[in-house]
Amino acid sequence: MDPTTAMYVSQGIHGLAYGMILFLVASGVSLIIGMMHIFNLAHAGFFMLSAYFTYQFVAWTGNFWLALLLAPIATGFCGMLMERFLLRPLRGSGVIGDLILTVGVALCIDALVKVIWGTANKPLSKPPLLQGMVHFAGLDYPYYRLFVIGLAVVVLLIMALLLYKTRIGKIVRAAVSDNDMVNALGINIPLLFTFVFGVGIWLAGVAGAAIAPILSVFPGLALQMGMDAFIVVAVAGFGSLRGAFMVSILFGLMNSYGVQFISQLAPLSMFIFMAIVMIFFPHGFFGESEEE
Amino acid sequence: MLLEVQNLNTYYVTSHVLQNVSLNVNEGEVVALLGRNGMGKSTTLKSIMGLVKPKSGTVTFQGKNVTGLPPFRVAKAGIAYVPEERRIFPQLSVMDNLEMGIKGGKQSTKEGIWTVERIFNHFPILKERAKQQGRYLSGGEQQMLTIGRALMGNPSLLLVDEPTEGLAPLMVREVRDILENINKDTGVSILLVEHNVKVAMSLANRIYLMGKAHIGFSGSKDELEANPEVRAKYLEV
Repeated sequence: MDPTTAMYVSQGIHGLAYGMILFLVASGVSLIIGMMHIFNLAHAGFFMLSAYFTYQFVAWTGNFWLALLLAPIATGFCGMLMERFLLRPLRGSGVIGDLILTVGVALCIDALVKVIWGTANKPLSKPPLLQGMVHFAGLDYPYYRLFVIGLAVVVLLIMALLLYKTRIGKIVRAAVSDNDMVNALGINIPLLFTFVFGVGIWLAGVAGAAIAPILSVFPGLALQMGMDAFIVVAVAGFGSLRGAFMVSILFGLMNSYGVQFISQLAPLSMFIFMAIVMIFFPHGFFGESEEE
Repeated sequence: MLLEVQNLNTYYVTSHVLQNVSLNVNEGEVVALLGRNGMGKSTTLKSIMGLVKPKSGTVTFQGKNVTGLPPFRVAKAGIAYVPEERRIFPQLSVMDNLEMGIKGGKQSTKEGIWTVERIFNHFPILKERAKQQGRYLSGGEQQMLTIGRALMGNPSLLLVDEPTEGLAPLMVREVRDILENINKDTGVSILLVEHNVKVAMSLANRIYLMGKAHIGFSGSKDELEANPEVRAKYLEV
């Protein structure tokens, strides 16, 4: 492979890896908005919290794999506590109440990580098994980023199996279209909301844990990812997981190639794209035709 | 008495939409709740079901106070709701829609309970469409699916809201007959809100008429038929 082609391929895989991370975060946002109609502005805060948990678990145990398993679970549990004790009492009070609460939680998480871990970057080593580069067709590419893509694919498959092959998945899909009716059929919707909120936050937690060794852990993580994830969900359409996947990959690639070719404009490209999509598709690409 | 509603008062923000509504349904009975649009009939069903929280009054079902309980608890107590807009789950198959009605997710093997097979015997068209998504059913088929889904929870009482609305005349007759069969064959009681007075009168043992937010008349079919003034006051446009 000549160096120019290798560069294109490498940027493409970079974009795919970022797109997958973005999808893990955005799918949680989308699931929560789609079913519970809650704009959880603290979502990216949990993504960041999971990265810090990963750092801490590695510091305590020295085992990255254990941290990758436990950090998202701990983060998902925090999300469930937030839903049960903060969001549930507010249900029915309208979107403004949810927004104010979730902004408050986001600010609390931000303050908390600074108090506990400080403001300096916390570098996290990649696990020994995934250090180094893979060599193929004249291209060198980090093992770890390929692992991140694989991890996201596995999580995506688990989610797809859960949603389409299990009763709980069918209930979640039914509740996305009409949660009052599901409730009236004898299904405990408040409990289901807590579960789904926890799963949504767990997804962000997986992304946070996976990205920690790439970006290192710092308090600004949430801001960058939160903005991107909400843009993905707006462009894809609220509640559309399939749309979130496609748009995440598209944005990952746009981001990656944008940095290469129009580095000055790259950070703006997603916003410009969103603005154009919103003009022609106010509900997003998949907003009204989900779940074929 | 199966269901007893006493002095129910419900508000939508500041609007007093149910004012001291009282009614009852006995075991095995079909009771119709009739009236013009906007009188509070659907809100009465929603208040019983827990979908709208009443401000005062009581709903007693099989001797148990279910007032203001969340809908899933009311459903578990044995009341099923067939909503006005049908509200099937459009992205799920007919089979999945039916299974959504099974409480606890596992069908009991007790005798006399509603199973998918039994539903299909009552609604053969649903068997033909078992794998199709709900969104592709006609209005009448969706109505059958909604009734079937409600029955899957093995209720003692069905709250049925405007089951014939928007249906072709042939389908109206079919849905009417289905409700009659369900009541006669299985003894499930029905509290029916219906704009089609003829259908309601042909099914009901007793009738309540609603004026603006209150019950204005209660009695048998014969009593209502013998009372043209009441009919004119509460039913005629």
